[in-house]
Amino acid sequence: MTDITELGIAAIRDGVASGEFTAVEVAEAFNSNVAAASALNAFIVETPEIALSMAKSVDDDRAAGKDLGKMAGVPIGMKDLFCTEGTQTTAASNILGGFVPQYESTVSANLWKAGAGMLGKLNLDQFAMGSSNETSAFGNVISPWRISGGNNAPLAPGGSSGGSSTAVSARLCPAATGTDTGGSIRQPAAFTGITGIKPTYGRCSRWGVVAFASSLDQAGPMAHDVRDCAIMLESMAGFDPKDSTSLDLPVPDWEAALNSDLKGKKVGVPREYRMDGTDQDILDSWDQGIAWLKDAGADIVDISLPHTKYALPAYYIIAPAEASSNLSRYDGVRYGMRELPEGANLQDMYAATRSEGFGPEVKRRIMIGTYVLSAGFYDAYYTQAQKVRTLISQDFKAAFQQCDVILAPTTPTASFPLGDKDKDPLSMYLNDVFAVPASMAGLPAMSVPCGLNKDGLPLGLQIIGNMFDEQGVLNAGLAIEERAGFTARPNKWW
Amino acid sequence: MTQKYTVQGATGEFEVVIGLEVHAQISTQSKLFSGSSTEFGAEPNSQVSLIDAAMPGMLPVPNMECMRQAVRTGMALGAQINKYSRFDRKNYFYADLPQGYQISQLYHPIVGEGEIEVTLDEKDPDSATKKIGVERIHVEQDAGKLMHDQHPTMSYVDLNRCGVALMEIVSKPDMTSPREAGAYVKKLRSILRYVGSCDGNMEQGSMRADVNVSVRRPGEELGTRTETKNVNSIRFLMQVVEIEARRQVDLIEDGGEVVQETRLFDPNRMETRSMRSKEDAHDYRYFPDPDLLPVELDDAFLEECRSSLPELPDEKRLRYENELGLTAYNAAVLTAESETSYWFEELLAQSVERTGKSDKDLAKQCANWLLSELFGALNKLGVTLEESPVSPSQGAELLSLVADGTISGKIAKDVFEIMLETKQGAEQIVEEKSLKQVSDTGAIEAAINDIIAANEDKVAQYRGGNERLLGFFVGQTMKAMQGKANPQIVNEILKKILDN
Repeated sequence: MTDITELGIAAIRDGVASGEFTAVEVAEAFNSNVAAASALNAFIVETPEIALSMAKSVDDDRAAGKDLGKMAGVPIGMKDLFCTEGTQTTAASNILGGFVPQYESTVSANLWKAGAGMLGKLNLDQFAMGSSNETSAFGNVISPWRISGGNNAPLAPGGSSGGSSTAVSARLCPAATGTDTGGSIRQPAAFTGITGIKPTYGRCSRWGVVAFASSLDQAGPMAHDVRDCAIMLESMAGFDPKDSTSLDLPVPDWEAALNSDLKGKKVGVPREYRMDGTDQDILDSWDQGIAWLKDAGADIVDISLPHTKYALPAYYIIAPAEASSNLSRYDGVRYGMRELPEGANLQDMYAATRSEGFGPEVKRRIMIGTYVLSAGFYDAYYTQAQKVRTLISQDFKAAFQQCDVILAPTTPTASFPLGDKDKDPLSMYLNDVFAVPASMAGLPAMSVPCGLNKDGLPLGLQIIGNMFDEQGVLNAGLAIEERAGFTARPNKWW
Repeated sequence: MTQKYTVQGATGEFEVVIGLEVHAQISTQSKLFSGSSTEFGAEPNSQVSLIDAAMPGMLPVPNMECMRQAVRTGMALGAQINKYSRFDRKNYFYADLPQGYQISQLYHPIVGEGEIEVTLDEKDPDSATKKIGVERIHVEQDAGKLMHDQHPTMSYVDLNRCGVALMEIVSKPDMTSPREAGAYVKKLRSILRYVGSCDGNMEQGSMRADVNVSVRRPGEELGTRTETKNVNSIRFLMQVVEIEARRQVDLIEDGGEVVQETRLFDPNRMETRSMRSKEDAHDYRYFPDPDLLPVELDDAFLEECRSSLPELPDEKRLRYENELGLTAYNAAVLTAESETSYWFEELLAQSVERTGKSDKDLAKQCANWLLSELFGALNKLGVTLEESPVSPSQGAELLSLVADGTISGKIAKDVFEIMLETKQGAEQIVEEKSLKQVSDTGAIEAAINDIIAANEDKVAQYRGGNERLLGFFVGQTMKAMQGKANPQIVNEILKKILDN
């Protein structure tokens, strides 16, 4: 029998449905992979019993002849930003230490309804702030990948969904949830040779997801391939009246409509994404991607997104501004950590709790956000950044007059060693330079693995689609996937 | 003409400039952004949703009924309604504010400029009126409540109020005396209650005012203002203006300077005290709430708001005067509070139905009875109109008995007394106590004949020209008939017999 943990969502779903193996067998197989991979530090909480009991109920349903959901029998990892009823949820921060929600996020509830099970809560950058998973209060996540040629320096799995990327890449789970505020699904997917899609803003409910930057946060799947992403996204998405920014649109059957024939489609290649500081390997992979899409029948169009260079600075005003306000609720009064020094008054308690509870990167962003919103600076920073954001959206709008999807690199470099950039926030932030524009415009965007660089590390190509056009993104992604034939895997060392 | 209000200082007169920010709790079943109940007086923390407690990942969803009530209120003030409005976050830390920010509307409020016309002396229907400008109305969340008396070293937090919808109604600095400020709030409260957007209950905190006061010598620029927070009665409001104006004048005359600050009113010591000054004022870091989309109102929504507005007090007052023929005073008193006017209109409608007479014929009688008899009785009982032991329908039953001649006005007063005591209906009382007016001319004539026979001297005097003696005969007849004779018929028969 094949190793079940080599299988992705579609294969597991089909195998469980056909009776080739049981959901419990699947859960057991992944539980043991999870248990054996503590060296990767991908999980904050492991929930093998939950995985088993959810699998059992799928097996029972099947035995009873009931209809099975889209992800019946597929155990997944849940990024620890999603509130899970009865299971600790911390956003990888001490300030939420020991917090056990009495409610289930809409996205996770949708997944359970579709028959998925939970293997555990995945590590991440604290409050999803980071690009290397080095800001977690629960320690760094280690990428399963290593530079070829015997250098064993631990590498960054990307961030903020670093636990998710590592877990999927190392086959600790067939798929995982991610969230993407400015690249947090796509960049870690690219770093670890997996596939991840951030849908159109509003596709997935934010209800019950610990907020980082409300106008940007969007959940999405991270999985082996394009088809698995389509299946999982269908299970996660949907209108939620509890989220005012949720899209009131039906969820398309993306899986059924997958089609890698791009005849008649136009693929835009934005000239402003050819930036200094981008690795030659990346530029080469981009050219390769263009050739593949041509081969799939698409016409290639040179497009311009003139405000691209302002996206990252504007993002680092808007996201911290929203975060500084969103994180005010962590005050030690109602839940999570409370630091109450002897004789402290209310203000002292706030200061002590927040000083102790938040990590340095979170504090940095709260301070940036507080600064840009403060009297006298608001117009110069926040208002200006919002204008830039509008211009970026207009750039894309104009571009999509000329093309159906846009092809770009996901990241300017491949994964880097842990500790390489954590002292230099700006160089860390630059990792998301290609990912942030689509986030600012609320557009669907995906990273698909396309090959290895000269060090043997995975590279990703990014496809950005028009508003609501996840299908176009998935189809172009599929065309690349079929041609890239990416089968490289990290050698198991953990 | 009302005299101009000034504060007399040692060095001259000062004018007072007042602006009010009235916080009115919107009358809805549930909170502005959550489904929790808004009912007053529940057990602490029993009306708190995950959203109100700002649990991680919780999101606000606007309760459109709150927006509807704010729009209706704006329309009632003739104000500009903004089809596009937006919610902003006002950021600050406090234990009664779980989110760490209040969701409010700074940049794009739902209602723009309007105005309220106030009568400066409500006792005098001919007194001058004044239009007070309304700057804006925005919708925002209320905070929770801190309780400092539950534990020796700690404060407790009750989040029941947290997230309840408020309208902040911001006036222009158009008021110049405590009386104007009082009249403005009274009128505003009346309109809110008519519209049904706020119950106006100041004791329960459904309505409270932040009072901005500054003083200046006549003709000078506006002075520095102070803001006295959370004043929760009209009497206190007027006191705050007076006390604060006096304090500022004294300060200025002593060579001091008024500091822009927020103050608190202490009604026990009759003074305002500094809460915090501008130097340590918060920087609220307002910005648009990214969890919420802008509120965009379509024409159908606005049309529904407009068509659901009731007749408002000013229109009503004019109608009572012009169509029902009531005096200006009565019309003003009857329309000042929505409950009074609704009670009056119900009384009138039921009386019309019972008697078949027109409302114009009955309006004066109904108004007089309500304002003197009923209000007198309620006053004596110390209850409000809502708590009246007599309903409009029961009142109409009583008044119809007078209107159709079944009982006299005098007997009606007795019957009303009994109604208040026994809660019985007027008809039943009249029946059981045999209070029906006698209109039987034979019986009345017989009684009159007896009286004339017994008082021949007076008859002679009357016929000799002393017509005032008619009253004596009427009195004697009524006495003989135990007050139940129809006075009109008694008069007629007496005249007929005596004049022959």
